[in-house]
Amino acid sequence: MQYLLLIYNAESASPKPGTDEFGKLLAGYTAFTEEVQSKNIMLGANALQPLSTATTVKVRNGKTECIDGPFAETKEALGGYYLLDVETLDEAIEYAAKIPTAEFGSIEIRPIMVWDK
Amino acid sequence: MLVPIHKAIEDINRKERGRILAALISHLKDFELAEDSLQDALIEALQAWPAKGLPDNPAAWLIQTASRKAIDKIRRNTNFAEKQKQLQLIAELEQYGASNEMDNSIPDERLRLIFTCCHPALKENIRVALTLQTLGGLTTSEIARAFLIPEPTMAQRIVRAKRKIKVANIPYRIPDESLWKERLTSVLTVIYFIFNEGYSSLEGESLLRKELIHEAIRLARMLKDLIPHEQEISGLLALMLLHDSRSDARVAKDGSLITLENQDRTSWNRLQIDEGISLLLSAMAKGNIGVYQIQAAISAIHAQASSYSETNWQEITLLYEKLYALQPNPIYRLNACVALSMFKGPEQGLSALNILQAHGVLETYQPFYVVKAELLRKIYKTDDAKKAYKKAIALTNNEIEKKHLIIRSESLY
Repeated sequence: MQYLLLIYNAESASPKPGTDEFGKLLAGYTAFTEEVQSKNIMLGANALQPLSTATTVKVRNGKTECIDGPFAETKEALGGYYLLDVETLDEAIEYAAKIPTAEFGSIEIRPIMVWDK
Repeated sequence: MLVPIHKAIEDINRKERGRILAALISHLKDFELAEDSLQDALIEALQAWPAKGLPDNPAAWLIQTASRKAIDKIRRNTNFAEKQKQLQLIAELEQYGASNEMDNSIPDERLRLIFTCCHPALKENIRVALTLQTLGGLTTSEIARAFLIPEPTMAQRIVRAKRKIKVANIPYRIPDESLWKERLTSVLTVIYFIFNEGYSSLEGESLLRKELIHEAIRLARMLKDLIPHEQEISGLLALMLLHDSRSDARVAKDGSLITLENQDRTSWNRLQIDEGISLLLSAMAKGNIGVYQIQAAISAIHAQASSYSETNWQEITLLYEKLYALQPNPIYRLNACVALSMFKGPEQGLSALNILQAHGVLETYQPFYVVKAELLRKIYKTDDAKKAYKKAIALTNNEIEKKHLIIRSESLY
């Protein structure tokens, strides 16, 4: 079963580069990434550029509309993700709780859709 | 025939539904498929049993028949990819259906079912509805009526929850040690919620509210049988039995609530009190005392007291303090002050309240001002009491309670 772990946090609340907190956060992410890699359950992961770089696209009546900004303007924004392959939702929750940002942001878990061949 | 077959089928469905469904879900790994197949099996029973008579083990018959129905459903599924995945399942099911062990014992899978229904990835009100619908004997329509929600809304919530269990792959298993405490707490919370929904609200149909109380007690008994070593389960069961022993005494003929102080203690259910107390004693003897055991102990003290004033308030004060230490809910603190005032007098109660106020924890807590007003009233500090009532009224949203407080305040001279 594949799960996408989406990392949400308020950009303003994130530790700033150069501070001790930032160093700790980075070390936390390195450790987490190494853990899921070594267990062979990580299928992909990326950090995202800040919210200000986001574009939302929708098509209405055949016309493509772009909106400068994220889908919903909320304080907490998608900052990155891990795509993990684990057995059940319980394991996905367990790993989500280990992502360092879980301590000040939120992690959304989305089961990956399996398409019929 | 003495018992009409359809009545027998209805009885079996009500009493054994949880076990049958739990066994089916365990094999099918799909709530909806399990329920639909059971429904089909029940319809077949309605046709087959009147001619052939009741099978020796109706529950086993229903599981076997439902498994066959499920195989048919899977085979009819046009979705090829999914079918491939389920071929294995069909093979297992066929073997399961053919085995003779079935007649002797159906493995009890209800624990796995209740832990899945009470999974934290589901909203709390959904956990409650799902538990009642799968493990309890209530229909969706009864659950909807009990919670004063339109039936289609409730049905939709339940369907969505079952889909989420399937799509997100919420595990169908008994949690391991690392999750045990948290998940058991969630199950107990759901059961106690069901109980309170029946016990605390005076709205809605009284028969259904009684039904909720009985379901909660039944679920706790089931859980206790399946997990005998967890004392908090006994604690919760004892707590519910003790509270429920006063059910008849707490409602007046006109439907209004009678407080503990004014209840006719001879109409309390002694059998239930005895069972509650003996359960509690054997649980507490093992040490490791939790919040449900403490609340049951408080309820037990009331149950044993000959009157409100002759109650062991000192012990109750200590128990509320202990409860607050384990679960810092301000209502426990407040109850400790009330209990203290009952054996040390209102002045002592008030000075305990003032200490609480000085800590600032209860500044905007409505019940705090109600208690304060009532204690001030007892020592004839009319002006201060009126001030406390005023504050309490300002913090009250419930119109009935607001009215009650205004009457209390205006009756002061």
